[in-house]
Amino acid sequence: MMRSVALRKAHNHLMTALMFAATAAVLIPLGLIFIHIMKMGFSSLSFDFFTQIPKPTGESGGGMANGMMGSFIMIGMASLIGLPVGIFGAIYLAEYGEGRTSTAIRFSADVLSGTPSIITGMVAYTLIVVPMKGFSALAGSVALAMIMIPIVLRTTEEQLKMVPGSLREASLALGVPLWRTSLKVTLRSALSGVMTGILLAIARVAGETAPLLFTALGNQFWGKSLSQPMAAIPLQIFNFAIAPYEDWHRLAWAGALVLVTVMFSLSLTARYFGRSRH
Amino acid sequence: MLAEMTKESLPAIRKFGWRFVTDSEWDAVQGIFGALPYLYGSVVSSVLALLLATPLSIGAALFITEICPKRWGSIIAPLVELLAAIPSVIYGLWGVLVMAPWLQSTVEPFLIDHFGFLPFFQGAPYGVSMLAAVFILMIMVVPIITSITREVLLAVPLSQKEAAIALGATRWETIKVAILPYGKSGILGAAILGLGRAVGETMAVTMVIGNAPKISASLLSPAYTMPSVIANEFAETTSKLHASALMEIGLILLVVTLVINALARLLIWSVSQSAGGGVS
Repeated sequence: MMRSVALRKAHNHLMTALMFAATAAVLIPLGLIFIHIMKMGFSSLSFDFFTQIPKPTGESGGGMANGMMGSFIMIGMASLIGLPVGIFGAIYLAEYGEGRTSTAIRFSADVLSGTPSIITGMVAYTLIVVPMKGFSALAGSVALAMIMIPIVLRTTEEQLKMVPGSLREASLALGVPLWRTSLKVTLRSALSGVMTGILLAIARVAGETAPLLFTALGNQFWGKSLSQPMAAIPLQIFNFAIAPYEDWHRLAWAGALVLVTVMFSLSLTARYFGRSRH
Repeated sequence: MLAEMTKESLPAIRKFGWRFVTDSEWDAVQGIFGALPYLYGSVVSSVLALLLATPLSIGAALFITEICPKRWGSIIAPLVELLAAIPSVIYGLWGVLVMAPWLQSTVEPFLIDHFGFLPFFQGAPYGVSMLAAVFILMIMVVPIITSITREVLLAVPLSQKEAAIALGATRWETIKVAILPYGKSGILGAAILGLGRAVGETMAVTMVIGNAPKISASLLSPAYTMPSVIANEFAETTSKLHASALMEIGLILLVVTLVINALARLLIWSVSQSAGGGVS
């Protein structure tokens, strides 16, 4: 069927306008969220925010210093557990990995990265909280590590695979054993890409709330040890946002601003590492 | 993981059997657990969110890749990707403190006044409601679907487009006859991946949906989803059976997301395979 040129042109313009409208509809709410975080966050941010723990309800002021420390500790612990597993796993997959075991590992890593994080929290709960008979920062770290591992594993593997085979062969020809070649040559030449993966994984878990709900639980005070409940920024944002107190809402906004800033700088750094490779 | 969760949820499975997913009574004190309201809440909120989000995302992705100047695209695209990385608790914070009051004061009264004859828009404007959950989920999955769709569209070979343009097609006709059919299954995969994200989304939904285990046709009344009930109740279960019932919900959730993700991956993978196979 042949339609008139004018009609076709009009149709074209209409659809172009619709697509433009769709883009606007996508960007506007996101822009609104961003503006709100900026506005509310900056007006609520103060020096106390970084040095004090939350005040009891009714008193104004207070901060999220304990949450920041908690997040820092748990992310650090999670990295200690998750990064070596992820990186060495990736070396195994990229250098030695053929056959059924590696396919199984790859598949389960993909599956693990697709599961809702609240499920990860439930698993960490049954594995650690129940045997230890109490919520703990350790359980929170393990839950976060379980989220980090598949991300680090897959990105590192991709990067290692991009290292040209001739580099490996050169090293092997010099009589360097395969394991040393993997560590000193392959891993090193893929380092910037690997860093990208690590930073992205850290950025991802920094904002995770759901897996911490019934592992680290949260704490109004300073967490004293790894075997006790510990506060974290995302948890505090959640608890303060649903509480009916204006002061706590302000703290939540400030926390959101800090969290978003940290995450954005992490992903920007990751992008930088990713780009300098080319 | 699957085995562990199945083991933990066995008591509930044994006790309730299929009734678990068909009963709507959930009473932790008396030990009666029926998960239907949660299933219903999850399905309705995710599917509606996806129905709203998919056309928007496809439109936006097309605009970024095909229509707007390259320089705009290179600004918008990373921006959208960055937004996909915002933690869900922050969407929830915005949702409960900014969007829900706005819905309550503006949108919901409007819907009640003008569409109140429909069963979907009856009742009092609460703010925190199924509608709020649908909106917040939509906002959250849009960046994901957009950025994956964009990648799919970029994989469409140039010769396809050039062929259509050479036949005198307008820009929209090029999109319709050359680009969309080529990327169809990839876009579908992107949408399904978005669905998986929406179904498993916990924090933001928990904060805005109102957390009431009721099944109501009205989008304005509070509801509940599977991840939300786990988030709210799992840390303080009252009995072994309660914990086990929540485990079973987790298990259902896990299986559902596994199936969804596998499907999505398969679809996206099939596109990238055929695109890698050269121009044909």
